[in-house]
Order: sequence, then C-alpha cells, then structure tokens
Amino acid sequence: MTTFADVRSRLARPQQRRYLPLYATLALLALMYGSGVAQYEAFSDPQVVLNVFIDNGFLLVVAVGMTFVILTGGIDLSVGAVVALTTMVSATLLQEQGWPAFTVLPLVLLIGATLGFGMGCIIHYFEIQPFIVTLAGMFLARGLCYTIGTSSITIDDPFWTRMAQSKVRFGDNFISPSVIIALVVVLVAVYVLAFTRLGRNTYAIGGNPRSAHLMGLPIARTRIAVYTISGFCSALGGVLLSFYMLSGNSLHAVGMELDAIAAVVIGGTLLTGGSGFVLGTVLGVLVLGLIQTLITFDGRLSSWWTKIVIGALLFAFILLQRLITPRKR
Amino acid sequence: MDDAILEMRGITKRFPGVTALEDVSLTVRRGQIHAICGENGAGKSTLMKVLSGVYPTGSYDGEIVFEGRPVHFGGIRDSEAVGIVIIHQELALVPYLSIAENIFLGNERRGRGGFIDWNRTNADAAGLLASVGLDENPVSPVIQLGVGKQQLVEIAKALSKEVRLLILDEPTAALNDVDSAHLLDLLRRLRDRGITCIMISHKLNEITAIADSTTVIRDGRTVETIDMRGGGVTQERIIRGMVGRDLDSFYPDRVSTPGEEVLRIEDWTVWHPVQHRKVVDGASLTVRAGEVVGIAGLMGAGRTELAMSVFGRSYGRDVSGRLYMRGRPVKARTVAEAIGNGIAYATEDRKRYGLNLIADVRANVSAAALGKLSRAGWVNGNEEIKVAEESRQDLNIKTPTVMDPVGTLSGGNQQKVVLSKWLFTDPDVLILDEPTRGIDVGAKFEIYTIINRLVAQGKAVIVISSELPELLGMCDRIYTLSAGRITGELAVDQATQETLMALMTKEKELAG
Repeated sequence: MTTFADVRSRLARPQQRRYLPLYATLALLALMYGSGVAQYEAFSDPQVVLNVFIDNGFLLVVAVGMTFVILTGGIDLSVGAVVALTTMVSATLLQEQGWPAFTVLPLVLLIGATLGFGMGCIIHYFEIQPFIVTLAGMFLARGLCYTIGTSSITIDDPFWTRMAQSKVRFGDNFISPSVIIALVVVLVAVYVLAFTRLGRNTYAIGGNPRSAHLMGLPIARTRIAVYTISGFCSALGGVLLSFYMLSGNSLHAVGMELDAIAAVVIGGTLLTGGSGFVLGTVLGVLVLGLIQTLITFDGRLSSWWTKIVIGALLFAFILLQRLITPRKR
Repeated sequence: MDDAILEMRGITKRFPGVTALEDVSLTVRRGQIHAICGENGAGKSTLMKVLSGVYPTGSYDGEIVFEGRPVHFGGIRDSEAVGIVIIHQELALVPYLSIAENIFLGNERRGRGGFIDWNRTNADAAGLLASVGLDENPVSPVIQLGVGKQQLVEIAKALSKEVRLLILDEPTAALNDVDSAHLLDLLRRLRDRGITCIMISHKLNEITAIADSTTVIRDGRTVETIDMRGGGVTQERIIRGMVGRDLDSFYPDRVSTPGEEVLRIEDWTVWHPVQHRKVVDGASLTVRAGEVVGIAGLMGAGRTELAMSVFGRSYGRDVSGRLYMRGRPVKARTVAEAIGNGIAYATEDRKRYGLNLIADVRANVSAAALGKLSRAGWVNGNEEIKVAEESRQDLNIKTPTVMDPVGTLSGGNQQKVVLSKWLFTDPDVLILDEPTRGIDVGAKFEIYTIINRLVAQGKAVIVISSELPELLGMCDRIYTLSAGRITGELAVDQATQETLMALMTKEKELAG
C-alpha cells in the first residue's frame, strides 16, 4: 500500500522529476472527468470520452508534429494554415477537378511535408528564428487558401464520406476511423522519439544545442526533419479535419497552431526544448477536449470560456515548469 | 600626492564550496596606475567586483574606505555615484545605439520637460571623444567600431560620470599591439589629469611599462605589493610572486612510455570569428601514443581556441595549417569528421558546452557515438543502458541510476560523464580542456587516475590547464602558449612553475 508520502518522495527523486508535469496533467484530467461525472449523469457514458477523441483527432495529429518541433526548442506557427490549405486543396481537387481520392491524398501530404521541409531549411541554413520563418509560412499557406477560393467547398467524394460516416464499433460504443489514424500517428511518434537516433538527437539538440554541436550530431538533418514531420502532421491533420467537416474552407483551423502549442505545453513539454513526451501531448489534447465537453454539458457558459480556462491552465503549467527545471547559475 | 584614495581591508568573499578571497587587503594611492596580477582564478576579478558593488555590501566580509570614508555599495550605481567606474573585459556597449547614446546611457542629458536634449548629448559626447583621442562621429553606431575604439568609448563613458577611480579588467586582452599601445598612452594621460587607475592584466610587459605599483594575488590572498616607480622591477620579479601555488593534490604515479606519434599540427593559424586578429598564430605541436602533453597559457592565450579549431574547426574562421593523424594528413572540417579521425575534445565549460543537463546519464554517455548502438536508425536501448552501466562502474560515476538527469550530479561526476561520452567514441587522442576545473580534490585524483589508465592503453592525451602544479604533476611534456604563439616546449623534468610562467608571459616587445 503506497501512502501519499511515498508518492511524494518518489516524485522528489530527480529521475522522476521530468514526469512531474505528466502526472500533473493526468491528475488534472482525472479531476475534470470526476467533476463531470459528479455533476452530470450522462457524463459517465464512455462515449463521452470517445467523442473527445473523435472531435479532436485532427488536433492530436497536429500537436504530435508540434511536439517534435518544440522538443528541439523551435516553434511552428504555420500548422493551422497548412491544415486549412490541405482541406482547400483536397476539396477543390476532388470536387472541381474530379481527381480520385487516392491521388489527392498522397499529394496533399506531400505538399505539407514539402512546406515543412522548406521552412526547416530556411531556419537552419539562414539561421533565422523559427518564429519568423513559420509565421511567414503561415501567411503563405493561408494566402494560398484564398487564391484557391474564398467560399466553403463541400466534399461529397465517396471515400471521404465513408471515412466521415463509418463507425468503428466495439460494444455499444464507437470511434471514427480518424481516431485510429491519429492513434497510429501517436504510436509511431512515441517509438521514433524513444528508440531512434532521430528521436535521441531531437532531445539532445533541444537540451543543449551547443553541446550537440560539439558532439558532431547531425543538427541540420535533425532540425529539417522535425519541421518536415510537423508539416506532414499538419497535412494529415488537415485530411482528418476534412473527413470531419466534409468541406474545404479557407477559414478552417484559424488559431489551431495556438491550440496545438497549448496542448504540447500542458502535456509537459518544455518550451525551451529537450524534455517532454508525446503521451503528454495526448493528455494535453484530452484536457482541451474535456474543457470543451464540460462547458457544453453545462450549457449556460459561452464556449469562449474554453479559451479562458485554457489560458489559465497554460499559465499554471508554465509556472510548474519553472519550478521543476534546474535553474541556471 | 602620496595619500591613499582607496583602502580595502580584510576582504573575504565566499561562494558555496569555495573561498574566492581570503583576507585580502589593497591600498591604492591617489594619481597612480595600480596593476593587479595573478594566475587564472587567483581572485582578481572577484576583488574588483567587490569594489564596484557587483557583489553588494553584506555578501562579503571586510571594509572599503574610499577618499577617507568607509563606503557601502548596494550595487554598481552606488559605486559610480562616488566616482568608481569599472570597465569589464567583455565590453558592455549596446551595439546598435550611437556612440553618444552609449556614453550617456542611464545618465542622459536632459532638456526642457525631461526630454533628451540631443544637441547637448552629441556635443558633450564629441568633447569626451576628443579627450580620449577618438576621432569618430558621436552619432555613428558603436557596432561600426573595432574593439580598440569601443574600449575608448567605454573610457569616454567613464569620464562622463566624473570618474575618480577607473578599474580596467584586462583592457588589452582583445586588442592588437597598436591599439594596446594607444590605450596605455591614454591611461598615462588620464593619470596626469589626476585619475587613479586600477588595471588587471596578464601582460607583464605592459605592467612593467606603465604601472606605478603592482599587487600580486594568489589563491585568493594578497601576496605582496611592489612599488614600481623606481624602475628596475623586472617581469621575473613579478612572476616569482604569482607562482608558487601549493601542491594541493597528489598525482598518481605513472611510468611514461611514449610510443609513436599520434597527432601533429603544423603552422596552425586561426582568426577570431569576428575581430581582425589572429587568435592562434603559427602553432605546431605533436603528441605521441601513451603520452600526456600539457598546454599552459594564461587567459586569452588561445589554448581553448587552438583545441577547438583542431576539433573540427568548431572555433574561429580562416583556420589554416596542417593536421596529421599517425603521420597521415587528415582533414577535419566538421566535428563529425574530427571524431571520425579519432579526435575527442572535452570542453572547459561542461555545463554550457559539454552536457545535456536535463537528459539522463545514459543519453549523455551514448550521444556522441549513438551510431555504434543503432542499426538503420533504431537505437538498441538495452545495449545503450549496458554501455552506460559499464561507464558508471569503470569511471566510478556516483549516480543512483544511469537514468538520473546529469544536472543533478556533482561537478566531478559530471566530468566523468563527459569523459565516458568521449571514451565511447574510442578516440586516439583526447584533448581535455581544464579537466579538473570546479571539482573537489578527491574527484581530481580520480580524473588523474583515469587519464593515466588511458595513456597506459596507448591513447594520447592533451591536457589544457590553468593550474601549473597539475601540468607538472600529470604531463610528460608541456607547451606554453602566449598570445596565440607557442613560446616554449619543455620536458616535465626541465620545467618549473617559474620557467613556465616566464614563457607564458613572454610576448613581443610593445610596438611604439
């Protein structure tokens, strides 16, 4: 039987300290879920949680890509715009050009990855801050959306509608195929970060770029790779969003980059890089989703309260990170 | 004119774990140029930080009397208010502001309504520039000036604050010969105007040329104050005070059996990355298998710069010279190539450049040679932990597990992690830059033992150190470096602290 003191002394061990934000997010999640169950009878239906996944699958994929970037100490502001661009390109190619789904799919993923690759190259070789480069990338992608069209394009491609409407059932409950895709992305990301040289170099560069340089680590390759991954994840997130919405729209995913960053930070990844987990990001996305669900269940609050709560949580988690990271002299 | 402007009495300053200054006293006479010298880490800069209020009253013991009155400084503003101005080695100018803006930063010339009177600012700045002999437009940005001229702007800034005691920390370290001579001339002129000056310097030829008295500090204590006004005080006289550090560590015995040559550099020249000066100038040296070679040099001599430029050109620009490994010419243009050629470099600043402090011991040990543990990009995690465990046992790294973050270990154990990392790359030559800096005596002995074991295995080791007893205790041969040039090569049985220090301070005669 473990007592509270046991847990506390275990957490105080330096080895465990990096998991502290993860535990904090987990506790927060349990608290939110518990309060939901206590207040609303219908909340205890497992489908509530599954719906959070269904409604946030695209955000999860985008946030996983963002985790890679933030682990190197960078930032990617272009993800929301790339998501929107993907929905627009998919919609117009499917609806107006009549391209088959299985040509459109790889093409949009390639576009996303290429955009990320380009931004990574500029960031590394011209030594420009990721903030500026990806801000420019954001304007570029959002602008391209509007050159394709300014109004919403409804998608009625059979593959897209099947992905949108089919349900993967187990028992009384179900999830969408998008959730499965998102979970596969999460699994792959967990493995890449934990068990590959790319993953280890990502942590090493984020933890101390100067020491990484003096170890001869492939900094160029790694940094470009993380932005490419983020671009690819954004495009995949865009595909999932277009499954979900069955439309392409230049106004899709406005501000999603900030939701993704919030999820990553609430999930315990250090904004300065070098420490964090993809599983934390999953928890972060769930926190955002559950806040939304709680506010919907309440029914009296405006949904904009979601933003206020997310803001407060972000602040709390940044403070927590300040407390647990070793101070520089 | 022989009264004291400043008296510091019984100054003791402790940092966690070390006593930087122990009962130091310093008396500076009005209208003199007073030099302070001592080896790296003797406590010179700490003493000046105490004097200028960087370390406020209360954080040290002792008393400061300035102009006959005891003074208590809570910060730099307080010391500047009574006329003590310090110019640090790293200049503190704002690069994109104009010369005039820099001079009056925090001390702006104000006109009506509290707004800055730019005409007066620029006119006053022009006057100050004339008095330091700098012919520049006060509105041009500081970034356009070379270091020498920036130094003069700093002095003009000090003059604008009605300085009575000017402190210069290594003012000529970054200057070329012409600029140095110019600066020393200016200091003489300021002295004639009645400004007292304290100058920290490693350059003994400058001290003998300009100083009226010299205080020597060693290991945080005042050794002596030498009156230089009569002339006839030689550099050797000062060196005698500087060295003679006690042997505070034991050095494990080693039978030296040097084998064949492993690394040789010839005519190695490195330029400063931004300034127009050579940091390493035509250096040549060799290291043999089973040999420990020392590099001695004072701060700014170019020791680290030499090592890092050899290690994949990780420092400097326009690196030229020839590099041979086992007699074969090799190119090491990147760090990865250098590691591939069997060179390893453990940095002097392990926290900033050597380790990923927030990552665990395991990841730090394997990071530089992760390729040996992976196949097609996938890391063999079990093998990796085994390697880290072996390092932990081999080098006796004291950590609860190899999964603990390196930042939580003590300095000595962090250094062992750095060594483990490089040993795992299986180098032929290891360059250790200040391998025992900031670690306790017991851990030092362990590091020495590890070095001995490595040379016994036939590796070549280069040790860069500021501690002469350490070099004398560990090395087979010692090179001395001064202002980027190799000024001597001594077998250890011919070397003493005095001979080394004389070579380390040997410079070309001053121009002009």
